[in-house]
Amino acid sequence: MEEVDVEPSTTLIPSAGFHRKHLGFEWGPGDLLVYETNYKLQGPRSAGSPFVHIVRRDEDICSPILRKLFNESHLIFVGLQKIKEDIPSKNKKSQFVSISKNYRSVIRACMEELQQNAVSTQNGSLASQYGDQVSILLAIELIWNLCEVLFIDTAPAGSLLLHLLDWVRLHKSDVDARAREVLQSDSPAQHQSYWDVVISLVLQGRTDEARQVLSKQASLREESSSVFKSMDGLLQTMPIFNPTGTQTLTEFEVKWRHWHEECDRCLQENTFASNRHLETICKILVGDEDTLLEQKELLSTWYHFLVTRLLFTHPTIKPPDLHYYAQSSMNMFLGPRASPEPLDIILLSAFEFDLHQVIKDCSIALNNWWFVAHLTDLLDHCKLLQSHNLHFGSNLREFLVLEYASGLFTHHSLWQLAVDYFDHCPEFGRVYLELQIERVPLDTERKAIKVLRICEDRQMSEQVRSICKIMAKRALRNNRLGSALSWSIRAKDAAFATLISERFLQDYSNKGSFTDLDLLDNLGPAMLLSDRLTFLGKYREFHRLYGEKRFSEAARLLLSLMTAKIAPRSLWMTLLTDALPLLEQKEVIFSVDQTYELMSCLEELNSGTKDSNLTDQDEDIESTKTELLRLALARNLTMAIVKEGTIET
Amino acid sequence: MFVAKSIAADHKDLIHDVSYDFHGRRMATCSSDQSVKVWDKGDDGEWHCTASWKTHSGSVWRVTWAHPEFGQVLASCSFDRTAAVWEEIVGESNDKQRGQSHWIKRTTLVDSRTSVTDVKFAPKHMGLMLTTCSADGVVRIYEAPDVMNLSQWSLQHEISCKLSCSCISWNPSSSRAHPPMIAVGSDDSNVTYSGKVQIYEYNENTRKYAKAETLMTVTDPVHDIAFAPNLGRSFHVLAIATKDVRIFKLIPMRRESANSSGPTKFEVQVMAQFDSHNSQVWRVSWNITSTLLASSGDDGCVRLWKANYMDNWKCTGILRGDGSPVNGSGHAAALSAVGVPAAAQMVVGAASAGRKKAQLMPG
Repeated sequence: MEEVDVEPSTTLIPSAGFHRKHLGFEWGPGDLLVYETNYKLQGPRSAGSPFVHIVRRDEDICSPILRKLFNESHLIFVGLQKIKEDIPSKNKKSQFVSISKNYRSVIRACMEELQQNAVSTQNGSLASQYGDQVSILLAIELIWNLCEVLFIDTAPAGSLLLHLLDWVRLHKSDVDARAREVLQSDSPAQHQSYWDVVISLVLQGRTDEARQVLSKQASLREESSSVFKSMDGLLQTMPIFNPTGTQTLTEFEVKWRHWHEECDRCLQENTFASNRHLETICKILVGDEDTLLEQKELLSTWYHFLVTRLLFTHPTIKPPDLHYYAQSSMNMFLGPRASPEPLDIILLSAFEFDLHQVIKDCSIALNNWWFVAHLTDLLDHCKLLQSHNLHFGSNLREFLVLEYASGLFTHHSLWQLAVDYFDHCPEFGRVYLELQIERVPLDTERKAIKVLRICEDRQMSEQVRSICKIMAKRALRNNRLGSALSWSIRAKDAAFATLISERFLQDYSNKGSFTDLDLLDNLGPAMLLSDRLTFLGKYREFHRLYGEKRFSEAARLLLSLMTAKIAPRSLWMTLLTDALPLLEQKEVIFSVDQTYELMSCLEELNSGTKDSNLTDQDEDIESTKTELLRLALARNLTMAIVKEGTIET
Repeated sequence: MFVAKSIAADHKDLIHDVSYDFHGRRMATCSSDQSVKVWDKGDDGEWHCTASWKTHSGSVWRVTWAHPEFGQVLASCSFDRTAAVWEEIVGESNDKQRGQSHWIKRTTLVDSRTSVTDVKFAPKHMGLMLTTCSADGVVRIYEAPDVMNLSQWSLQHEISCKLSCSCISWNPSSSRAHPPMIAVGSDDSNVTYSGKVQIYEYNENTRKYAKAETLMTVTDPVHDIAFAPNLGRSFHVLAIATKDVRIFKLIPMRRESANSSGPTKFEVQVMAQFDSHNSQVWRVSWNITSTLLASSGDDGCVRLWKANYMDNWKCTGILRGDGSPVNGSGHAAALSAVGVPAAAQMVVGAASAGRKKAQLMPG
């Protein structure tokens, strides 16, 4: 089918285009930056328009009330996805209908709140904005309700009309208000809207209520009471199909035809000639089109006209026959000059059971994907898109859901809802999520952890790594070494962890103490990420053991750091110097073997190439240190030999 | 669409480029006034200029952010034949209080003999690599081997394109299925070399970039070029700004096992072509999910293009200057008038009287 060729809308950028220059742009999260520029790099230079404009789509996301709509419909959506495939179809249908009703009640709740706000606000433009949103939601609910009746509930002939009547009644609520007004007045029968109310009720098939209002009239006029009794009789005996009853459709049809003939006879016999209102009502009951059309103002919409017309001419209408009446009703009601609005076209497509057209036209007319995405998803679950022979059926659903969810992602808190929607798009959901979740600004650690958890749950390892790396880098820039280290560990970034460990060690040699002791003491197996990190952790452990006076353990650890080659050569001198206090204790801590090992380490260190960058002074210090160590080691050796050679008695 | 906000950029001359950082919280602008300004978005949603400094001795054409994994790093390129790399330094506490930050130059790349027309960072999975292209027809790829030391950059590759280059675009895909790929556009009016878009691919064996494809059907000067984000597709999508907007589909052809060396061969298809600008198109750019393409043309308009689920492309919006001059006070006169968003264009029954006739506005 042909796509309607729609002219795109133009948005004007203020204070730009005066010299007919070019417009530069840049995509942003949820917006577009636009600025005046000149791409022809030569040409007159001027101050130009020194503005950068931020252009947004008309996003309903900004509205706090609609946010409730998004939140609650998200819950319904997720619940819908979880419905198991293997439930028998009859039960499924009732489940789908109830889900559809849930969606609609969420829309109505939102509408009511918007309406209240529109009434109570002082701000004129805000009130009109609310008003606009209310009418959009009204239209949405109207369409959704019709789709529910026709596509999800799939009422057969007989019930179909009843559902359509409910639909019309729900969306023409001013009748109740007027009826109340009339009944509560001092003299209902004299009220100027009296007959309007009666006729409106009849048009909606609410015969009992019509009779109730009529009775107010009857009690006044004794002489014409017989006329009213006749009308009352007609109204009372109007057959209404009962789907749960035992009467078949055929039986109902016969009964209805009898009643219809009865009404016709009353007309022929001029029973109601004395009262033009009753005459009008009788003509309505007979389904006279001209009379119905005269009630345009009370009907107010062509679809009300359609349903009323069907009520009084074809109450047993079958779904496939609906479209013929719909088209002709619309033409009759609107007349030759008026052209249908988008809403009218959408409703007509629904009556024609053209789902695809409904969805397409809704997508075009609305600027938020919420409605089409959720409705299409529901219809897809009812397996309706496939049965309409759209080979791109499920792609259509996914396309719309992806569009909706992508829009949510630009919002600072609603993006979390979007994740669930992406999860339920089997083809592209994951890759869309990967692309967009990386862009969520990591304002706080808490937010970063929230984003991380989402990625970790879905095994998005590259995104996890990237986010952790960004956080680590940021922490490092701000000199928060502990935070940088824990982020690097989480990123499993060995190179960065090494770098940060070096910084820790640098800090230690500058200040003489470690920072972030909590972190270093509790590294656990994460220590193994990088050699330098392992060394850092163990080195810190050495200091801790020393502080707790567990000297022999400390000694063993220190030695192992050198012999197991965990410590980098550059730090051996530091380690050996750390060994000095242990060597100079009264008690012998290093055993003979250990002392030999320390000595060999020292010699190994000295046999290596000298660092040519050392100044003479530094070289002096180094050689003094070495001498001190040799002395201390020798002394320790003698004491250790003696100790080990002594037999304890 | 509506103008939500207008920021007075305060440059003393034309702005040539604006660039958002990866998270959309910072913005850099560059201008013919030879300076770059950095703007930060506060918690209140307002933009504040946190740095402004002279970067070059000529007009600055482009400015771009590196991926935040590498820290806060900017690159700029200029008419003065150089490109430069800048890093933000965490300032003193009183700077922070004043809301100012400092950027220092880490390196200047002076290899080009002519104006440097574009500068782009390569996708992050390739490391910290910077690419420039110049009017001298050379694309230069630099790498910083030590990401902690941004003053050391080495020129890894020089690709001679034989035509004056105006724009470059890296294929952002990090899939192992194909090697790194860069597209180069030329605005040369030379008719001998007719294909104005060249695509180069990295070869693991030779460790060099080799030409994989020339789009021979693009014969007019090309002003901008942009690969679309990949989204797990097996083919590549490339948008081109030339005398019209063109979108190409590049489908890698399966290699015969014998000929596994050499660049990939592509089947090139035109996905869409739009001449609505009716004039030269200067810039094209994709949004993050590659669902929307924006283009800017000589007609002074920015147009947005979108494909529906059947891959039919349509224009879904136009931005145009309203032709009004900036008034003396320096504030956009129409700010308040355009501040209120237009509601969706659907109307209900009788209530439509007096309201705008429903504009069919695609979402």
